[in-house]
Amino acid sequence: MKFSARSLFANALTGHKNWPEQFPDKEPEKQYDVIIVGAGGHGLGAAYYLAKKYGIRNVAVIEKGWLGGGNTGRNTTVIRSNYLYDESAAIYDHSVDLWDGLSQELNYNTMFSKRGVLMLAHNIHDVQSFQRHIHANRLNGVDNQWLSREDCKAFLPILDISERPHYPVLGGALQMRAGTARHDSVAWGYARAASQIGVDIIQNCAVTGIRRSKDGAVTGVETEKGFIKANKIAVSAAGHSAVVMAMAGLRFPLESYPLQALVSEPVKPVMPCVVMSNAVHAYISQSDKGELVIGAGTDQYTSYSQRGALHILEHTLMSICELFPIFKRMRMLRSWAGIVDVTPDRSPILGKTPIEGLYVNCGWGTGGFKATPGAADLLAYTIAHDEPHKINAPFNLDRFTGGRLIDEAAAAAVAH
Amino acid sequence: MFLIHCPYCDEDRPEIEFSYAGEAHIARPQNADAISDAEWSEYLFIRENKRGIHCERWWHTNGCNRFFNAVRNTVTDKFIMTYEMGEPRPTPEEIEAARDDD
Repeated sequence: MKFSARSLFANALTGHKNWPEQFPDKEPEKQYDVIIVGAGGHGLGAAYYLAKKYGIRNVAVIEKGWLGGGNTGRNTTVIRSNYLYDESAAIYDHSVDLWDGLSQELNYNTMFSKRGVLMLAHNIHDVQSFQRHIHANRLNGVDNQWLSREDCKAFLPILDISERPHYPVLGGALQMRAGTARHDSVAWGYARAASQIGVDIIQNCAVTGIRRSKDGAVTGVETEKGFIKANKIAVSAAGHSAVVMAMAGLRFPLESYPLQALVSEPVKPVMPCVVMSNAVHAYISQSDKGELVIGAGTDQYTSYSQRGALHILEHTLMSICELFPIFKRMRMLRSWAGIVDVTPDRSPILGKTPIEGLYVNCGWGTGGFKATPGAADLLAYTIAHDEPHKINAPFNLDRFTGGRLIDEAAAAAVAH
Repeated sequence: MFLIHCPYCDEDRPEIEFSYAGEAHIARPQNADAISDAEWSEYLFIRENKRGIHCERWWHTNGCNRFFNAVRNTVTDKFIMTYEMGEPRPTPEEIEAARDDD
């Protein structure tokens, strides 16, 4: 059923008790044209675009836990595309382009809000690096502008721009086209739209193996609900991507780390934008519900535990209280962690693998949410054409052998 | 926060004294000019990223300042043992005997 003023009114008359199921939970068929491992935003979106743009509707999305319960539901919902390198600007800006009409396309409110992302500079290196980013972004058609210290204060009145903080604010880079979206609704919207056009979503069904023929090509996946046949398999399993790829005998340049976030009690609107400060590790925005949404840095060790250490959160909160003394007495309500798969150059791997019929979308590290529609669209293109789109072609696995890295890690000059 | 046993100090110390230093037992190839790009890439970039028992290096940066190795379960985050740099990788039997995490 399409959401509209009319359907809302009609359902109001019956007490909203007759809405159909949004995305029915299916039992697996014996065979699919394409199986996508991982029902996060990326995987569900890829299934949607496969069905919608390429007419490949015999598709299953298989999920170990519940839909959108991994990093899709655990991130801090920041969307931006102000990356340094041409390849990165292209892939992230493609995603922002798609975010722009996504609610209409899916007939589902993703609550995309272009409230702007302000990245604060705290030292001369930051100032020079951000201005380099701004120039590079402008050459690539990505909006980004420099704000002086006073401009930052005018844009964000609660920011302390005095000399008092240990690392005072020297200015900032502002991308106005950037912002936030409601993370759950992205997964739900893609799931609903995909299942309406024939995609099966199979939850609580861990993949336990990837079966291959004598000539090496994939033939299907072993799961908790039995063997499912498919000649094309795409792995989009975020922090567990390396574990799934190992089932096909592939070793990947990935390490999985816990990344924590936390939210405060809800308050009246006070943060008009997203603020990121790489130098002091503070990432903060305010949800429409009023909670401050705060992201921390990764823990230092690899882990699959989906929990992190308290001292990481303390470090982030200290920085936030330095920048925003107004928040000093706020109470934090809850914290959690997701497991992020990090590549050596902090850029994703999106494309084909050495195994015929096996595709991968992984390595988004700490920044995968913003890429959801773009990665999904490009993964669907790659599966449908059996070759990468020119936007994701540079993000291949071979770059770690050939040496053509897309080194956003060095460009950002921070620990991710 | 972890309590980590430094085998040199022979003490359990809080994690903030330590720096994680990646997977253990990766030796730099001695014949770098002779090996292929794929082998060099394997050394530089490919990691076990093990879900389960993982051998890893830690550095007691704010203590004795020495590197040592540890065996940790990356699912439960529990340390199973730590041992001095240069000692061989513990065998699966030794790790199993030392485990008390599940």
